Amino acid sequence: MEGAVLNADGFNAYFGSNQILKDIRLEIRKNQVWAIMGPSGCGKTTFIRCINRMHELTPGARVGGSLTLDGEDIYAMNPVMLRRKVGMVFQRPNPFPTMSIYENVIAGYTLNNIRLTRSKKDEVVESSLKRAALWYEVRSALHQKGTFLSGGQQQRLCIARALAMNPEILLLDEPTSALDPMSTAKVEELLHELKTQYTILIVTHNMQQAARVSDKTAFFFLGEMIEQNDTKTIFTNPKNEKTQNYITGHFG
Amino acid sequence: MEIMVDKTGSGVRSSFNQAATLDRTVRARGIKSRLFRLAVIILTVISTAPLLFILFYIFRQGIHAINWHFLVNIPRPVGETGGGVANAILGTVLLILVASVVAIPLGILVGIYLSQVVTGRLAYWCRLSVDVLQGIPSIVIGILIYEWVVRPMGSFSSFSGSMTLALMMLPSIIKSTEETLKLVPGSLQEASLALGVPYYRTMMKVIVPAGMSGILAGVILSISRVIGETAPLLFTAFGNPYLNSNIFKPISSLPLLIFNYATSAYADWHQLAWGASMVLIVMILVLNLSTKLIQSRWKAQF
Repeated sequence: MEGAVLNADGFNAYFGSNQILKDIRLEIRKNQVWAIMGPSGCGKTTFIRCINRMHELTPGARVGGSLTLDGEDIYAMNPVMLRRKVGMVFQRPNPFPTMSIYENVIAGYTLNNIRLTRSKKDEVVESSLKRAALWYEVRSALHQKGTFLSGGQQQRLCIARALAMNPEILLLDEPTSALDPMSTAKVEELLHELKTQYTILIVTHNMQQAARVSDKTAFFFLGEMIEQNDTKTIFTNPKNEKTQNYITGHFG
Repeated sequence: MEIMVDKTGSGVRSSFNQAATLDRTVRARGIKSRLFRLAVIILTVISTAPLLFILFYIFRQGIHAINWHFLVNIPRPVGETGGGVANAILGTVLLILVASVVAIPLGILVGIYLSQVVTGRLAYWCRLSVDVLQGIPSIVIGILIYEWVVRPMGSFSSFSGSMTLALMMLPSIIKSTEETLKLVPGSLQEASLALGVPYYRTMMKVIVPAGMSGILAGVILSISRVIGETAPLLFTAFGNPYLNSNIFKPISSLPLLIFNYATSAYADWHQLAWGASMVLIVMILVLNLSTKLIQSRWKAQF
């Protein structure tokens, strides 16, 4: 069995004296799709923001316990280098407004001053947009501004931008919560195709989405990880009462 | 409008009365809103009229003075006719250039700092100083620069004039940068940081370009504000009847020339002053219009 890509062992996170995450234990293996679900305020977003160390940008944020990426302690790494290995897609599409579609996709390289030859750039742009299922829609408009695209296309552009860096793991923070059902379906379809190549962690409060896209699901509640298992098992045969209540719609 | 529940029994009649009252009220409101609109239009015309009169008068007086000869020659001594304001045009351009080189980078950097750091002691004092600096009369800034730059260096100079103008440009550049960058959504910063882009590159390559139109507009407006400054230049740049491009020598500027020539006793020089006024006004108009153009063309859509 391969080692875990991401391993949380007794991981805690705080804002000031407020403990947001309590003793999280989670092991994510290569090419798995994990969904983290739970009601608002359960700490699921905080958890994935801890993985690429965006959490610590908020004043007063602290963490404790162990969180490793490929066996390396995330909190001993240089955050800038770490974030190049961890791709992140946010709730609202946020393409760079001053850049074209083309420039947006390779922004991870240009902004980091990594020089690529012209042909290498074209190759990265094409393959990333293809992987994000956006290539055929935008290939004739690559030099238009990314902000002219529809919301769903912008979100796939942001996914392409993250994929262009070939991340070890892709984090998605409620990537479809600002999208209409059609765009949501497209993004979910895309996640299905991506899981052959990437390890994916998606945060969602939409249970159907978790059920549709993930192999494994973890249920968070009030900062604690209540239950984790195969997605099928969680939805058909939850062990914990809280999970069962959440899934059956008694709260959340 | 709320329809009252009728409890007295004369339901039909009272609702008929109500409809008539309603009709009258609506008509009265229509008249009132038309009156209001008329008043707004009249007041707008009244407040725009002075500007148009000023422009018209200056162009009428100045247009006779303007020709190629006027733009490329320096003033002639008293008694000779002709002569131009080339020294003042060159001086104004040079003063503004040197002032911009100092004030623009400094102002933008401070603006970036203030837009990022909302709380904190340094940011508080910095913001306060910027506000106070904005309110200091230009003549006071001039006399400070006279003490700090002109006296130690031993002579009036273009350089000291530029420092005065730079100090006056700083607050508006800082303010416009700060306000513009505060409007750039935080999600862009997160997007860039999440790609592993270091903080300083995120600021310079993502946040500042996203706010570029606003920053440029602020810079140009600050230039058009100080280009007409006269008082603080009297004892810094001082004025110079000859062409000068050495920034450590006294230099002329359009407002200085206008001040000197308009208060002189010679009709020829008055004519030069009108011509110079027109050149100055055209410069300011061009700057203002380019601000509008930049704002509409370069605006980033979030």
